Amino acid sequence: MVNFDKVTFEYIRRDEEGNVESINKALNEVDLDVKKGDFIAILGANGSGKSTLARHINALLTPTEGTVFISEMDTKEEKNLLKIRQKTGMVFQNPDNQIIAGLVEEDVGFGPENIGVPTKEIWERVAFALEKVGMTAYREKSPNNLSGGQKQRVAIAGILAMKPECIVLDEPTAMLDPKGRREVIETITELNKKEGITIILITHYMTEVVGADKVYVMSEGNIKMFGTPRQIFKEVERLKKYKLDVPQVTEIAYRLRQNGLNIPECILTVDEFMQCVTG
Amino acid sequence: MSLILDKINYYYGKGTAFESKALKNISLSIPDGEFIGLIGHTGSGKSTLIQHMNGLIKADSGNIYYNGQDICDKDFKMTELRRKVGLVFQYPEHQLFESTVIKDVLFGPKNIGLSQLEAEVAAYGALRSVGFSDDLIDASPFELSGGQKRRVAIAGVLAMSPEILILDEPTAGLDPAGRTEILSLLKTIKDEKGITVILVSHSMEDVAEFAERIIVIDDGEIKFDDEPRKVFSHAEELRKMGLEIPQCTELMSRLADAGFNVDRTCLTVDEAVASILRSAGRGE
Repeated sequence: MVNFDKVTFEYIRRDEEGNVESINKALNEVDLDVKKGDFIAILGANGSGKSTLARHINALLTPTEGTVFISEMDTKEEKNLLKIRQKTGMVFQNPDNQIIAGLVEEDVGFGPENIGVPTKEIWERVAFALEKVGMTAYREKSPNNLSGGQKQRVAIAGILAMKPECIVLDEPTAMLDPKGRREVIETITELNKKEGITIILITHYMTEVVGADKVYVMSEGNIKMFGTPRQIFKEVERLKKYKLDVPQVTEIAYRLRQNGLNIPECILTVDEFMQCVTG
Repeated sequence: MSLILDKINYYYGKGTAFESKALKNISLSIPDGEFIGLIGHTGSGKSTLIQHMNGLIKADSGNIYYNGQDICDKDFKMTELRRKVGLVFQYPEHQLFESTVIKDVLFGPKNIGLSQLEAEVAAYGALRSVGFSDDLIDASPFELSGGQKRRVAIAGVLAMSPEILILDEPTAGLDPAGRTEILSLLKTIKDEKGITVILVSHSMEDVAEFAERIIVIDDGEIKFDDEPRKVFSHAEELRKMGLEIPQCTELMSRLADAGFNVDRTCLTVDEAVASILRSAGRGE
């Protein structure tokens, strides 16, 4: 579904005469292979290249070197752009920057209308999308009065209405309260499980990635670690070196184990911890 | 100094068909030198409340006293309050605008009438307090990383020598190491300068670790105003308000419920590890 082949991206700064002042490699020969229906999470410090990578997936940016393929379509080819952007939708950090219409249903219908979907089908898609994110009751409400978590779910519905195969979420929960964070994560997990939509989640909240199929850790424009959440969160010290962390319960279990307590390696949730101590 | 809020009420759209009550009978006392966490779901009234504290919003009823004087008195100097109660908004780096870091930080102190020399002393001091390295002060703020930009923005408010520093989600969007750095920095500033820090946050883990007092606001009302250990013992009520308890506190209370002899009120990973090891008969 998403393939990166030795992708390098350079931000080039030029002075007033147009001479190159400095070159900053935001991505450095990144290889990535995401299968259809995968739920992958990307972790990394600020400035590690996560967002640059995300912006390559729906061709907002194209590689300086190397190639990005979305379902075998090269993102560098102009003729593929529309199809690629229909296949891969993006959700950003700030919900307020992504809502454009006066009513929830109009906001969700904007995308399909824009690509010329017949009116009847637009409304079918809107109804379907709002139901999938659990926002049907707010269909005729103004998005302004929604909570942050609800706004993000409307943004996700807007993408669903485009019938995407893949949704890329760039820190979708950074501005949300605990309940809003839970709502968004539950929604995308369900879309992945029930609709088979490929999910690429970028986040700084370690607890949000324990349900992912695979986790990629980025640092300095490179993918440094990759594996299941359990394989990744086992490496507590290494993650800290990359300015990351592990869920609190994982760290507690890790330190208890270091102190000789009989606790299995790499606990990811409170439930798991309870199971292994109560048997 | 002290700030006292006495029975504050505030309505949105007062007198219109959309009138709704944003703050209900809020009474608070903010003394010197406290690290306060302010939590509540989106739309609970947190931002409205903090804007009352430095006079950006005027209450519809109730009084706010700054050092004993009502801030609505005719002879009260509002500029004094704005200077003493520093407000750092969400994503403060979006408000950086000058061509160099030092100019940006100098803007505030010069604007309140300090001489160039006084303003420079304040600005350099503030940049030092936020751990900003000297060799970057002539750089453009737009070339800095997210974490550095945020430090510059906080320094801009610190340079006005506030006695209360209010920060609206200062760690949103930062990586875990960046979060810890900013929070530790706030604690150091609070300890060294004896000022009060009010941290508005959606991260229960962060307020549990750093705050000495937590104020919970829900639907415009104060639901809890207590030490963190007591506030986070109300897991059910907090969940109903769209909040949570820290993951380690949840683990400890479930262990205690299952019959283990551990302290269910642990707020940090360190405390939790120590308590479990004690109960297992080992020290760390």
